[in-house]
Amino acid sequence: MPSDPILEIRNVSYAIGGRPILRDISLTVHEGETVVLLGRSGSGKTTLLKAVNGLVHPNSGEIRFEGKPALEWDPIRLRRRMGYVIQDAGLFPHWTVAANIGLVPRLENWNPEKVASRVESLLRDVGLEPAEFEGRYPRQLSGGQKQRVGIARALAADPPLLLLDEPFAALDPITRFDLQRQFLEIRRSGETETGGATAAAKSALFVTHDVREALMLGSRVALLKDGAMDVLATPAEFLAARTPEALAFLASLEDHWRPHE
Amino acid sequence: MNSRLASEILALSLEHLELVAITIGIAAAVALPGAVLLARRARTRRWVVGFANIAQTIPSLALFGFLLPLPLIGGIGKRTAIVALCLYALLPILRNSLVGILGVDATVRESAVAMGMTQRQILWQVELPLAVPSIVAGLRIATVATIGTATIAAAIGGGGLGVFIFRGISMVDTPTVLAGAIPAAVMALLADEGLEWIERRLSPA
Ligand SMILES: Nc1ncnc2c1ncn2[C@@H]1O[C@H](COP(=O)(O)OP(=O)(O)OP(=O)(O)O)[C@@H](O)[C@H]1O
Ligand SMILES: [Mg+2]
Repeated sequence: MPSDPILEIRNVSYAIGGRPILRDISLTVHEGETVVLLGRSGSGKTTLLKAVNGLVHPNSGEIRFEGKPALEWDPIRLRRRMGYVIQDAGLFPHWTVAANIGLVPRLENWNPEKVASRVESLLRDVGLEPAEFEGRYPRQLSGGQKQRVGIARALAADPPLLLLDEPFAALDPITRFDLQRQFLEIRRSGETETGGATAAAKSALFVTHDVREALMLGSRVALLKDGAMDVLATPAEFLAARTPEALAFLASLEDHWRPHE
Repeated sequence: MNSRLASEILALSLEHLELVAITIGIAAAVALPGAVLLARRARTRRWVVGFANIAQTIPSLALFGFLLPLPLIGGIGKRTAIVALCLYALLPILRNSLVGILGVDATVRESAVAMGMTQRQILWQVELPLAVPSIVAGLRIATVATIGTATIAAAIGGGGLGVFIFRGISMVDTPTVLAGAIPAAVMALLADEGLEWIERRLSPA
């Protein structure tokens, strides 16, 4: 890999009540790289993101962020440098869309005008018309709209690392494809058109259970099975992977659908 | 109804209202910060709420009796009445505030932590705003109950509408009892409706 690692996960294990959830996971995310965590429901993807964010503490192993052990970070500083798109959005019900998105910039004491213009351009980026959506409350949004607000919130303070937990799961295929393409563009070009809200090339840990999405977006794909790393490979290598779990996922790529004659 | 009676009803109603307002003011000033402090302390919370529960079960007339001989807070008069009324008002405010704060959806709280909010920011910006309807419900319950209980305050010289009721009882005169009971009931209904309206308005609908 050309660039420095932004995130290093070394031999991390985590158990709840004696039941192992993560087993000896090692994974490095380099700057500008998107590593996709792929796995079935319950394979430990969300738990791994939570461990990175410091919401759960591994029983063994080490996590380093920007070269420094996570345990030596002030947890507040650490979390504000990671934009977290929570599975099912996790928006604050008593705040408007604008207040939700502007949270971390506000916590970081940006001036209000700067927060407002940032919120506006982020809303445009995720395909929500600011005038229409800014003042709404989460309960006035559809599932997919909530998810997009969650994405905008994670991007708001321009964090160097993004943690995305199935960010596109609740979207219709057209909007999903649109956001996937936008995500790729950010990654490939390093930055969007000047003035665009999503600036420098971000590193990302991206959770999905959709193998197609994993291959499309990942610099590398990490396949989790029962909390253990099953395959860690580039998309091209992944297509040739032959573990039973990888084969099971790859089988879902085959097109079984045929129109009735 | 003669005008002397009318003006006495008005005066005692105002006195009653004053008793209730002071009581709720003091009880809220103690219970709200108390709830904030206890929200993060599960062990202490169980003790305090348990103790408050027991205090609540003491019959009010008996409590007034217990307080009478005490120095400083005891004796005949308003002060003793307010101390006793506060003891009853505390628990509903405390309990409802705690329910509100602790009842905030765990995923919302976790999301606040994940965004890098400090415990203090989570309390003030997330938990308390979401707890407001429950806090107001506690104030409503305490206010309505205090309006009723405050009629007993007259027994120890606390004044208020209870003066009519005790006078009516001693004279075996129903209209005099009603002159105290009806305004108290109306007051309780109005307080209930009014605070319920505020509660609805403040709900993050
Ligand atoms: N707090 C908890 N207590 C007990 N078990 C838990 C807890 N959190 C997660 N688990 C278990 O850990 C395993 C991994 O959960 P996790 O949420 O990481 O899965 P996931 O890969 O994100 O699944 P999904 O695709 O359905 O979101 C699951 O079996 C889950 O039941
Ligand atoms: Mg998950």
